[in-house]
This record gives sequence, C-alpha cells and structure tokens, in this order.
Amino acid sequence: MIDLTMLQPPTLPTDYTVKLGHTKTSTGKTIRTEEMIVNMGPQHPSTHGVLRLEIVIDGEIIVDCIPHIGYLHRCFEKHCEQMTNYQQIIPYADRMDYCSAMTNEWAFVLAVERLLKIEVPERVEYIRVIMAELQRIASHLIAVGTYGIDSGAFTPFLYTFIDREKILDLFEMTCGARLLYNYIWIGGLSHDLPPNFIGQAKDFITYFHPRITMLNDLLTYNEIFVKRTANVGVLPKDVAINFAVSGPQLRGSGVNWDLRRDDPYSIYHKLEWQPQIGKGEVGTVGDCWDRHIVRMREMEQSLNIIEQALAALPEGNVKAAIPKRIRPEKDAEIYVRTEASRGELGYYIISDGTTSPFRVKARGPAFVNLSVLPEIVRGGLIADLVLTAGSIDIVLGEVDR
Amino acid sequence: MTAQEIFDILKIRFGDALIEEKLSAAGGSASVGYAMQVWINIAPDKAKEISFFLRDDSAMQFDYLSCLSGVDYNNGTLGIVYHLSSMVHKHKIVLKTFCTKENPHVQSVSDVWGTANWHEREVFDLFGIVIDGHPDLRRILLPDDWEGNPLRKDYKVQEFYHGMKVPY
Repeated sequence: MIDLTMLQPPTLPTDYTVKLGHTKTSTGKTIRTEEMIVNMGPQHPSTHGVLRLEIVIDGEIIVDCIPHIGYLHRCFEKHCEQMTNYQQIIPYADRMDYCSAMTNEWAFVLAVERLLKIEVPERVEYIRVIMAELQRIASHLIAVGTYGIDSGAFTPFLYTFIDREKILDLFEMTCGARLLYNYIWIGGLSHDLPPNFIGQAKDFITYFHPRITMLNDLLTYNEIFVKRTANVGVLPKDVAINFAVSGPQLRGSGVNWDLRRDDPYSIYHKLEWQPQIGKGEVGTVGDCWDRHIVRMREMEQSLNIIEQALAALPEGNVKAAIPKRIRPEKDAEIYVRTEASRGELGYYIISDGTTSPFRVKARGPAFVNLSVLPEIVRGGLIADLVLTAGSIDIVLGEVDR
Repeated sequence: MTAQEIFDILKIRFGDALIEEKLSAAGGSASVGYAMQVWINIAPDKAKEISFFLRDDSAMQFDYLSCLSGVDYNNGTLGIVYHLSSMVHKHKIVLKTFCTKENPHVQSVSDVWGTANWHEREVFDLFGIVIDGHPDLRRILLPDDWEGNPLRKDYKVQEFYHGMKVPY
C-alpha cells in the first residue's frame, strides 16, 4: 500500500490537507478516492487574464477553491506616491481596468476634484456621463462576448466586437486613443467633443437598439445557454452584501443598489433611469444568468442615459475649471466611490499639502468581486467553475493593480 | 444618522475603546458626498467588537465595508482606515485605528465582513501590519518570499530576487 500522504504536492501554499478515502469496485478491487488538487491557470484561456485558481476536487465536485492573484501587480499605489503631480496619475488609473478606462480615470479625477473642492462646468459633467456610459456598453460587450465563449457560443463574441469597435471609433474621434484615453482631466476634459460626434453617437444609438435584441435572441434566451447558466453559481443576497460585492454582480443577486442613484455624483440625478436587478427569471435569483441579463439590460439603460444626455448637452468651455496648480490642503483626505462598469470603484486619497499624494488606495470592484468566488463555487461542478468565474467579469489589471 | 450621533452611541457603549472624533480638513458636513470624511478613532484591539456592534445594531446596520486601507503616516505610526456604509439607512462612517511600527498588531474584522479577508491580506502584504485572528494571513499581491513591505515609507527594494536584479 502506498503512503497516500506522499501524493500531495509539496508546495501547496495553504495548509489544506486533502482527505483520503478508499472504495471497493464491483470486481472487488480497491481504488483510491481521495480529493485531488488541480491548478487552473495562470495561463488558462477562460480565467480572463493571469489568474490562478487552486481547486480541491472530490470527483467532479469542487470542495474548495483558492484564488491566487498578483501575477500582474505593478505597484499602482506606490507609483502614485512617487509621481511629481496629480495629473500624472490619470494615465496610470487608465491602466487599472483596461476594458473600462474612462470610468477609472473619472473616479480618480472626481476624488481629486472633491479634495480641491472645485466644481466643473455643466457641459463637462454631461460629456463625462456620455463617455462613461459608452464605456460601460463597451465593457459589458466584452463581458457578454467572452461569457459566450466560456459557455461554448463563439459567434456572439464576433458580433459584440463589431459593436464595440463603433464605440471605440467614437472615442478615437474625441481624444485620439482607442483603449487608454487620458481624456478626463482634473477640472475638465482634454478635448471638447468634435463637431460630428453628436450625429455619430445618435447613429450608434439607433443602430445598437436592435443589436441588443439580436444578442438576446442569439445568446441570452438561447436554450443551451439558459440550461448552462440557470441555477449555476448562485450568489445569495446576504453573502453578496457581506462580501461587499458591487455592480452587475450585486444587482444580479437582487439587491437594488446603484451608486449612481444611492451615492449620487455628477448629473445622474437629473436623468431618468432605474437600476436593473436580477429577478431569477429562468432559475434562482443570483445565478449566472441573472448576472448576464443585468449586463444586457444595463446596456439598454446606458443607451437611454446617453440619449438624454445628448439631448440636454449644454454649451460651455470644457477647460474653464482646470486648475493651474494642484495642491490640496495638508492632511486632507477623501474617499470617493463611483459606479464603474464592474461596480464600486473607490479612491481613497490622503494629501500632505504637496503636489503629489501622500497615499492613494484604489478599491477596485474586480478585486472585491473575485474574493467571493470560493463561496459560490463550493459544492458545484468543476465544469461550472469556468462559467461562474466568467460571470464575475474580472479584469486582472484591476485585481492586481 | 450623523457621525456625531454614531460617535455618541459608541461612546456610551464602548467608552475608552474610542479615542477621539475628528473632522478632516476636506470635510465639513455640507453634502452627502463629503460626510464620509468624518472619522472615529478606535482602539486596535477592540476593532472586532465595535465592528460587530456597528453591523448588527438596528439603528446602525453598517452592512457594507466599502474599503479597508492601510496607511503609513511616516511618523512611526501605521493605521488602518475602514470606510463603512449602510445599505438600509444609507449613512456612512469612517473608522481609523492606529498602531506603532514596533508593534504592528490590529484585530481582524473578517468575521464581521467577509470582504475584509482579502483587504486585510493586502494590508499585511504591503504594510506589514499583523492582523490578529485572520483565518488565512498570507501575502496576496507579492510573491510569498518577497522581502519587506513596499508601501511603507522607509521601504528599500531588495537587490536580488532569486538571482535576478530587482531595481532596473
């Protein structure tokens, strides 16, 4: 008889010990049935980046899941302290969540603006909302497209990327960049909207409404997709709140909470819209399908917000409020949270009275949302792990910072 | 509830575990967005007890830990800042707790809010604050065998890591 304890990997980072077991087959043979440790990632295609999941499985059932992160750590917070001024941090903030750069820089800029107590012109607020909502659609399109791939549907991915390309064209037209913009500046914007932007954005809205219906037909209400995602990876309401999950994942669990409404910033309170929440239409509230449908409906919601903002866009100078020198008061500090594409993105900034921050802490939604993964995959099948991890919609650039 | 009311209730219940209440320079109580800057200083070895009370008391119900950040104040003091909010009552509060560099120990609140688990590991990783009572205190962002805690103000980068030169 071999010593089963010797079969454990020697470098298991946690002190987890696999449970051992034996069973007799019908032919009378004794076989081992101990738990097994499997590594998924860091280069697994469906971990959406360099995420390593250490999974303890008992047959097909997941007993425990230990995420290992940090492969993409680039010392964002340390860099912020080393910068010579606040504006230099904006491009770094872009690179946190590279699928949703516009909302990232907005959150940081908003924090600094509140620290300096500056009000930005109305036009800037409207343009920021338009950009952030376009970015939300672009980010959700990636989430939905790659989620299709996770569940075995390759085609929607190609469609979503065609649509995303149109949004990136709008961004390129405005600020020259397609992925990492450095567009939202402290107190204003780097450029005003180009003359043909409004027309093209309206064209996009009329084009995109039927595309959402098509995507829903193609993927959301597809029989196979529904069977695959309903009742899978259920995240109950109380667990979601306890783990401070946010964004579509929180609303998918049936919690009516959206920072654009509940901790208002910018001009969201002037517009007509409602947070979208999961209702468990095809399965349980908080399953993977609910998180998916919340994203689909939020895209439609964002289109409405953009439409209203474009209609009410006031005139003004977008560079009027940009301060010449940025030096917040000594020992001033602020925590500002905004609703980014993936959830609550907060910046905690402490100033020491110089032109660079004393401390910047970025509270990324992906980091917090990922921490709940072990809670929802325990007891599930290993085949559902990819779907559950995909439905969280993480971006490792933000998880690892 | 305003921060002053929360502070008064905590003061009656916990007494000397509460050290002071402060309005930061950027604070003021003008609007909701700024109200988050009022903070309450709590004793590091009472963090868990106070957190349980803040979460479970029906008038408080701070069910949502937005953010937990470590800070090195560059004067021999380390600190942890908790940003709490309540989904039920929609109020917010900031708690701070301080410890010295020589004795960096703070009680874990990961039993109270599950999200604190990873945040506290991050604080342990980058600041070297030992979180007492944490279920799984390991480094989270850096490799397990990295030397030092990078976000401390006196941090010096190690010269070699597994034979590779670190400073570029």
